[in-house]
Amino acid sequence: MVLAAIPLAFLAIFFAWPVAAIIGRGLSVRGIREVLTDPGLRSVAWFTLWQAALSTALTVAIGLLPAYVLARYRFAGRSLVLALVTVPFVLPTVVVGAAFLALLPASLDQTVWAILIAHVYFNLAVVIRTVGTLWGQLDPRVEEAARTLGASPRQVMLRVTLPLLRPALLAAASITFLFTFTSFGIIRILGGPRHPTIEVEVWRLTTQAFELRAAAALAFLQLVAVTGLMLWWSNVQSRQAVTLRLRPRGTATPPRTARQRALVASTVAGLVAIVVIPLGRLVAGSLRDGDGLGLSAWRGLGAAPGRGPASRPVADPLAAVGTSLRFAVLATVVAVVIGGSAAVAIAASRRGGSLLDAGLMLPLGTSAVTVGFGLLITMDRRPLDLRGSWVLIPIAHAVVAVPFVVRAVLPTLRSIDPRLRDAASTLGASPARVWLEIDLPFLRRALVAGAGFAFAISLGEFGATSFLTRVGNETMPIAIARLLGRPSPANLAQSYALATVLMVLTLVVILAVDRLRGDAVGF
Amino acid sequence: MLEVDGVTVRFGDRVVLDEIGLAVGAGEVVGLLGPSGSGKSTLLRVIAGLLVPDRGRVAWDGDNLRTVPTHRRRFGLVFQDHQLFPHRDVAGNVGFGLSVAGRPQAEIRRRVTELLDLVGLPGFERRGVASLSGGEAQRVALARALAPSPRLLLLDEPLGALDRELHDRLALDLRRLLKEVGIAGLHVTHDPEEADAVADRVVSLEQLGR
Repeated sequence: MVLAAIPLAFLAIFFAWPVAAIIGRGLSVRGIREVLTDPGLRSVAWFTLWQAALSTALTVAIGLLPAYVLARYRFAGRSLVLALVTVPFVLPTVVVGAAFLALLPASLDQTVWAILIAHVYFNLAVVIRTVGTLWGQLDPRVEEAARTLGASPRQVMLRVTLPLLRPALLAAASITFLFTFTSFGIIRILGGPRHPTIEVEVWRLTTQAFELRAAAALAFLQLVAVTGLMLWWSNVQSRQAVTLRLRPRGTATPPRTARQRALVASTVAGLVAIVVIPLGRLVAGSLRDGDGLGLSAWRGLGAAPGRGPASRPVADPLAAVGTSLRFAVLATVVAVVIGGSAAVAIAASRRGGSLLDAGLMLPLGTSAVTVGFGLLITMDRRPLDLRGSWVLIPIAHAVVAVPFVVRAVLPTLRSIDPRLRDAASTLGASPARVWLEIDLPFLRRALVAGAGFAFAISLGEFGATSFLTRVGNETMPIAIARLLGRPSPANLAQSYALATVLMVLTLVVILAVDRLRGDAVGF
Repeated sequence: MLEVDGVTVRFGDRVVLDEIGLAVGAGEVVGLLGPSGSGKSTLLRVIAGLLVPDRGRVAWDGDNLRTVPTHRRRFGLVFQDHQLFPHRDVAGNVGFGLSVAGRPQAEIRRRVTELLDLVGLPGFERRGVASLSGGEAQRVALARALAPSPRLLLLDEPLGALDRELHDRLALDLRRLLKEVGIAGLHVTHDPEEADAVADRVVSLEQLGR
């Protein structure tokens, strides 16, 4: 009971209350009428919707071929390619945004195209992995049966394969739509002021225009839209009627004909190029020095902070690294304590557990901007007057990270054979001793993995932090965005250098977690 | 008639089919015997055009089929585990071949009814595929393969997954059916009794190769 109380209290104060506050403020007739009648805000909502729909359609369309190739063909280096494809998805959005700023020509800067391309890049792994997993388990003989019945390759695709892949296609499309609908970092960096989405507009109204009522109304509508999407999705999922005959071991075979080998080789080459080139350009951009190459941007990280037009420091990159690491440690500790005790409580209880489980997953579907905005408008009065305090930043990071910790720990906890605990207690161990001797050793790896996720999430968190940051406590993503907001060649190179640091740190943490969990990367 | 000549298939270093030659005459049902893993299914896949052989020729009435893709060969194929389309009902499965050929709806409905009568499953049109028993599913698979009027029917252990009693009954049904339709057939099995019950002539894979 005590174990359940800690995460419940944390969630109630730092998630439910802020969200309720948004609803309370946003649910005013005046505010909503303002949003619905203001042509500017209506065009923001419309843009948010269509860019997300188009990003999703493009990502699914582009992801199908690599999903097919990676699912159906076995070749040397396949699991490496799969791991590589996942890299963009684990990178902070600010890093992806900076990478495409470095890659794309100036003519695409602040256009819809830049946003769409970065969204595809970021979400391609969702399509390839979700659709590829199912595709690899579909029995190819169903398609062969269709061919012997006279169906052309096109007809097989449209009438057999795609209908059978429907659950995975729907899942991948929903996740991609959710991510692109609530996209913040990529839009802030690549869209500029001309292409705000609802998320960016909530941030702008709050932190620059100080129009809290409009911001709350907009955030409320966003919350309604996202909740509606999630409800629709769980409804669709529960109505999956078709029982598929799957082959869990996969159906990949080596390519046989010259055409198949060419298909595999060109797909792999394309994927590697797509993933590596933007990141390569980011690193190259950090080495720009005037017209040539040089390390001045890197030296500048430690020495003189970048200067804005008024020769006021825009951000201090090296301090940002320190701030980020400090906040990440704090957020990790909080997330592991809260998430760990929640997981133990969920596993121990019979009926209330699923409720707590569902409640803990809510922050996952809520956008980070909602969390940040909600905390900003609630934590400003007694007894919790944390206005302007840096403490809110690691707390917000922990709220975002807790679901991941629970997901990392819970399966391990459930897999412990209860008879082990029974055996220990019949041998005279007290309940506390049983937990120490049996559960903890099993849990250690899962907890460390959850901690790794929390650390990486905190390092890259941008949406919530944008609302809570104050001068002097910029994290790396905030500093990168600030430097990119005042684009002089020196600032640009320095932001690329800082984004490179953030990229490397994130990848090292994720790689370590992956090693630790020992899952083979693959379908 | 079907002619198979010198067909060789290798998977890596393993030679699965070694210079296989075989002929099936018009309206003739040939039983092809061989132990599991002997390459019988591979031979059927080569004939159906699902697998390109390393060497050798598959011809129909003297025309080499090398460049003819599976969907233009008009060879039906029945798998051991039916491989019905799980997202379509029984009528949707049986009518699939006619539907992709662009036949009108009324004709498809008529033909589906006719074939379900033929395989002894009248009134099964709207049944879901998951609700069928093993024997029923196999009959539907047979009806599906026959619906577009193929010129040759390839049967890959069509009764292999059924229990003994059902197996014996269906073997006789299958023979009657093939003769009624008057179609040429190549029936692959590891069971000599089943081959005798279904086919006009029985050959064993080992005799066909080098």
